[in-house]
Amino acid sequence: MFESLSHLALQQYWWIIISVLGGALVFLMFVQGGQTLIYQIGKDKDERTLLINSLGRKWEFTFTTLVVFGGAFFASFPLFYSTSFGGAYWAWMILLFAFIIQAVSYQFRSQPGNVFGPRTYETFLFINGLIGTFLLGVVVASFFTGSQFSLTDMNEMRWHSAFRGLELLLNVQNLSLGIAVFFLARTLGLLYFLNSIEDETIDKRIRKHLWYNTVPFLVFFLTFIIWLMLNEGYAVMPETGEIFMQDNKYFLNLIQMPVVLVLFLTAIALVLYGIFISLFKKSNSGIWFTGAGSFLTVFSLFLLAGFNNTAFYPSNVDLQSSLTIIKASSSHFTLTVMSYVSLMVPFVAAYIWYTWRAIDKKKIDKDEMTSGEAHFY
Amino acid sequence: MLENIDFTLVNWSRGQFALTAMFHWLFVPLTLGLAYILAYMETMYVKTGDPEWKRITKFWMKLFGINFAIGVATGIILEFEFGTNWSNYSWFVGDIFGAPLAIEGIMAFFLESTFIAVMFFGWDKVSKRFHLTATWLTAIGASLSAVWILVANAWMQNPVGTFFNPETARNEMTSFWDVFLSETAVNKFVHTITSGFVFAAIFVIGVSSWYLIKNREHLLAKRSIVIASVFGLISSFVLIGTGDSSAKEIVKTQPMKFAAMEALYEGQNNAPLVAFGILGGEENYKNMNADSQSDFLFKIEIPSMLSWLAYGDPDSYVAGMKDLIMGNKEQGILSYKEKIIRGYEAQQSLRALKAAQKEEPNGEKAEALKAKFRDPAFIENNVQYFGYGSFYDPDPIQIEKNAFTMVPPISMTFYAFHIMVMLGGLFLVIFAVFLFLVMRNQLHNKKWLLWAGVWTIPLAYIAQQSGWIVAEVGRQPWVIQDLMPTMKAVTQIDVVSVMTTFFLFAVIFIGLFIAEVRIMVKQIKVGPKKKEDPNNV
Repeated sequence: MFESLSHLALQQYWWIIISVLGGALVFLMFVQGGQTLIYQIGKDKDERTLLINSLGRKWEFTFTTLVVFGGAFFASFPLFYSTSFGGAYWAWMILLFAFIIQAVSYQFRSQPGNVFGPRTYETFLFINGLIGTFLLGVVVASFFTGSQFSLTDMNEMRWHSAFRGLELLLNVQNLSLGIAVFFLARTLGLLYFLNSIEDETIDKRIRKHLWYNTVPFLVFFLTFIIWLMLNEGYAVMPETGEIFMQDNKYFLNLIQMPVVLVLFLTAIALVLYGIFISLFKKSNSGIWFTGAGSFLTVFSLFLLAGFNNTAFYPSNVDLQSSLTIIKASSSHFTLTVMSYVSLMVPFVAAYIWYTWRAIDKKKIDKDEMTSGEAHFY
Repeated sequence: MLENIDFTLVNWSRGQFALTAMFHWLFVPLTLGLAYILAYMETMYVKTGDPEWKRITKFWMKLFGINFAIGVATGIILEFEFGTNWSNYSWFVGDIFGAPLAIEGIMAFFLESTFIAVMFFGWDKVSKRFHLTATWLTAIGASLSAVWILVANAWMQNPVGTFFNPETARNEMTSFWDVFLSETAVNKFVHTITSGFVFAAIFVIGVSSWYLIKNREHLLAKRSIVIASVFGLISSFVLIGTGDSSAKEIVKTQPMKFAAMEALYEGQNNAPLVAFGILGGEENYKNMNADSQSDFLFKIEIPSMLSWLAYGDPDSYVAGMKDLIMGNKEQGILSYKEKIIRGYEAQQSLRALKAAQKEEPNGEKAEALKAKFRDPAFIENNVQYFGYGSFYDPDPIQIEKNAFTMVPPISMTFYAFHIMVMLGGLFLVIFAVFLFLVMRNQLHNKKWLLWAGVWTIPLAYIAQQSGWIVAEVGRQPWVIQDLMPTMKAVTQIDVVSVMTTFFLFAVIFIGLFIAEVRIMVKQIKVGPKKKEDPNNV
């Protein structure tokens, strides 16, 4: 089946999978967003325990998606992996540290003898929520703003900034997407709490905080998008593979790929609708709309970065070193093998869905926390 | 040419990866094995409806959870470090290595992380059978995640099923099944996973012994010891079997590692196996040259055993390190010097191709050079020694000197191998003795033996780490056998950055380790819940 597809078709298929994983990852970052709100929404120990337990049943899922996102990127576009991870060393390392401390925090926080005390692990969760979302946004923004690398003819990477990835923080566009992702994650976190926790006082607090997070999210996100539409971008000459700067490249991509345009506009509408019904209709199902919208937003942003003859990981010091999905990809054979594996994804999604429904039949509340059995973290 | 390499950077990068991998490997074996042990315990609970089984299962599950989190936390570091610190490597092998890693994520990690949640939170929410299925699926998920990463690692030790593509300057996969089912991959997987089973069995026996010493939880301890010792015993036999088949395969694919494991300098027929040995003069092992001789302060040998172990024939010839470096015509062994020259020729052809392509991408010269890389004779004689070319020097005497640097750290490989084997034997005895005595109900009054059970836990950690050292240190200087030396795989970055992250990791790991051990010890001291709710079994 897949072996008859052209190399380009497989590359595009895998770019779509990467985009799906990227979209899923950002949606699932409600866990990270929620972690930064534990002290604002939870006013006493019991409330905080409730919040942490509600997130604690999902954190591994986000974590696993991050690992798979990394693994799939490595497998399908290894040149990106070697260039970006090796080059933007500090950006990835800091992101990594933020996730290491998360993985133990849920499990260790309420265990007796945990040495550092629950406060430390709660701080770890906050750091993970802040750095994990912000830095990921910054790195993804560099798909549009470019990085300082060049490649030798043996595809060995040379990074031209001594800051090794931290220089990405000096770019205003990168920062604006980073901040937008941070506030989006918090918004999603709030909507998730609304949906999964049964508690009136917490409910009120959440709706108030929704305002404080939605507004900055929209401001920074729109700043980034407007800049993206107005600015020049990294285009590829399809015949020669030569990279050149084209005015309004990403705006043109949106117009020339009407499907992506529709997806993108639907995405924005869904994000806003989810927030709207949570703020004004007292609905608890905002997460589904804003969540789906966030997924689609990121998904379409990835398509803008990689499709329609665009370099998805551009170099701003040596234009021709910029990575396209053609140049960065694995061989036809490997992509074919992996495509067969990808057929398992719907099956995986189905059992996750089934299992979570079984576990989440009932909302989490304070009674459950004191019943002994279910309180875990 | 070696003078262009920044070995400080290479060593710090290696140090960082070793630190992470070894720390990761402190936790993974227990996860792999304990998952099955508690799945079996829960099966007993579902079959018998005995609440004591539920209590036992939940107790071990609690320890499993504490251990699992830290394995997850350190696993992601390894994935990132392939890119951050081994950038050239990740491009060179991405086409092969990436696929197992992606499969691992899709197949194994989601299975594990979804069903582990049911395991911990689902007791009152899903049916008994669903819960039991989830526990088994978690165990299978853990094993599956080991399959793929070990397939990837096996490919690095024995790169099969691929060809070198000069266009992209990397190795590309030609047969998924050759990669997946190579002898190395199968041996490595079965050997590693059963070592995890043995480890978990030792852990369970150790903790249970402590309860018997303290005169607590007799039923839990005895039932656990029965299950663990049977599980450990069966696993040990498979472990020893795959250890043997690994040896037979390593002697073919990585003869230098094999020779280093035994500190064998000169090849010989009827080669004896060093059952126990203490190496002398450190200098002798560090600066090897044509006159170096093996130097044991003390050794006990089993005659002809090494030949038998390697080839199943006591008369067969086992090559020593010096045969491999200097060549041995009689035995048809090519010298490293020759391999270096041949590998260098392959590298030069690649450089010529890149230069020709710059002038005229599809010109006659470029096409001819591309065709050369498809020529079976050139592949056989040159491309398969590609990595050796990195040790080339215009001065032939220097090449010979460089060849002598291409040995792994001998004493480290030798000791790690012997410690691993001896401890593996000891564990087998422990399982047999514990099973025998517990079945005869004579275990609880043998305090010395119970203490021995407790103190075997740290030994099991040592055995695991030794195994890792044999596999990974023993294959130096290669990151991919014969194709890519470690020094070429590294990311070009300032060494201060790597040193900084190394120490950051070290601090975090020490902190996590202290917390983990204290929580674990505390939970063992607290013990299982006093009683299961009789209305809820």
